[in-house]
Amino acid sequence: MKKALCDLTVSENRTLGPRFNMLTLRGRLPEEILPGQFAQVRVDTSKPTFLRRPISICDADPAAGVLRLLVRRAGAGTEALCSLREGDAVNLLLPLGRSFAAPERKDAKVLLVGGGVGVAPMLFYGKWLKANGYQPEFLTGARSEAELLLRDEFEAIGKVHVSTDDGSAGHSGLVTLNPALDAHWDLVACCGPKPMMVGVAKKAIESGSPCEVSLENMMACGLGACLCCVEKTVRGNVCVCTEGPVFNIEELTWFD
Amino acid sequence: MEKNTAAAPFLGVEIGSLKMANPVMTASGTFGYGEEFADLLDIASLGAYIVKGTTLHPRQGNDYPRMAETPSGMLNAVGLQNKGVDYFASEIYPRIRRQGSNLIVNISGNTPEEYAEAARRLAALDDVAALEVNISCPNVKQGGLAFGTTTDGAGSVTRAVRDAWPRTLIVKLSPNVTDITEIARAVEAEGADSVSLINTLMGMAVDVERRRPCLSTVTGGLSGPAVRPVAVRMVWQTAKAVKIPVIGLGGIASGRDAMEFILAGATAVQVGTANFLNPAVCAEIIDYMADYCRRHNVASIADLVGALEVLV
Repeated sequence: MKKALCDLTVSENRTLGPRFNMLTLRGRLPEEILPGQFAQVRVDTSKPTFLRRPISICDADPAAGVLRLLVRRAGAGTEALCSLREGDAVNLLLPLGRSFAAPERKDAKVLLVGGGVGVAPMLFYGKWLKANGYQPEFLTGARSEAELLLRDEFEAIGKVHVSTDDGSAGHSGLVTLNPALDAHWDLVACCGPKPMMVGVAKKAIESGSPCEVSLENMMACGLGACLCCVEKTVRGNVCVCTEGPVFNIEELTWFD
Repeated sequence: MEKNTAAAPFLGVEIGSLKMANPVMTASGTFGYGEEFADLLDIASLGAYIVKGTTLHPRQGNDYPRMAETPSGMLNAVGLQNKGVDYFASEIYPRIRRQGSNLIVNISGNTPEEYAEAARRLAALDDVAALEVNISCPNVKQGGLAFGTTTDGAGSVTRAVRDAWPRTLIVKLSPNVTDITEIARAVEAEGADSVSLINTLMGMAVDVERRRPCLSTVTGGLSGPAVRPVAVRMVWQTAKAVKIPVIGLGGIASGRDAMEFILAGATAVQVGTANFLNPAVCAEIIDYMADYCRRHNVASIADLVGALEVLV
């Protein structure tokens, strides 16, 4: 899968609540982009920002030249990205990292769990699974119903299990307590805050379900050159940017 | 009037017995083994590329977090993570030995003997054009920086590697010293063909809300444009103090930046942290150099080395 530096143009910047923006970018994209991969986005409009920002691919249509990125306002760099306007130019390096795997059987029971900005790769993965004949289900959560991200888009693909902290939608409480995680799945894929991924991974282990998680360690290069974003694994320290961001939970040392 | 552009400027330079098509090299630890950048940059267009710091024995490096973004730069505390010289020789070297550019290996060790043994094993690999000896890593407890901060330490490592390595020998110097020219003269006296400078400046950043250091190791090495004026100054001082060629690095992010070093006395330059921002930056720097020579009516970039005019 060939990586490329792409100059894209912002065609839409939609604010999703106080903390998130959905950027739609258009331009010539690499031919193949897979779910779970990410882009290193250059931030030229923020003075305190030096490095690119790694952002999950939320949706990509290379043939149409459209890319969507869900950005959480976390600091100066992402704040600058969320302030981009229609017509602004953005330079991206993509596609980077290892994607989610395709389950062996088309009738595999797959649960995609996303929390916060971690819903982004799950939309792309869900769309990809559906387009390839799978029937994925989703589990997502937020503080309240109003803060649930991409719910309509998930519902257009498959069944959506919901948890909210205040009980305004779905089950009350954390995603990790949702009864959907008590069932056995042929694959549980998860992206979100680390405590959530640890909780989901524990549940998956209990139910005997294989589990993949997508990590977001701080990165500099995104190409496996600087060795800054390492995660401890059974193989030693490895780069999240090239050997991940998607890891099978058995490769990690979270429960050692 | 149009200048004569018929003859392309000659960008070739020599470091010891190493002949390079242009003065631009990638700095160790910022360019992996070159392969990582192959989609984005023609490796063959580089004057040379210096691969990751390699040690006699495998190293896991330091714990995460190893990196913190800082104004116009970054701190790192990778700690020389690598799989050791034998793994490099058997698994990596066969893949990268013929990429059409000069392959340089950067080595580190805990003792002069470890440096020498790594050099000896690399000497068996014909396509390793030169060694760069790292006596200046601020992120390892033993060795590394310890050798780089005294003339005796720097000299002893240089001598040990010189006796084990027949080809071009570059010694990479630390800026974390009072007088870098002393160290440069010491390694020149022990047989170094060139010095490269600067390695990272020791620095530190604090996460004030969590009241914790940003790096697992507390301190780390600062790189990026933030260090460039310090690097240019040290290259200027060192180029006047030694006869061997000086390779300049530290915060180069554009062709203009690279020319600062050449004019200050560097025969060649290395590009490091900027590769993370723009993986194709080296190609832009090489183009800029050719254009600069044309604009200034200079036939060869070598004529610009140390061509700074100081009006005092």
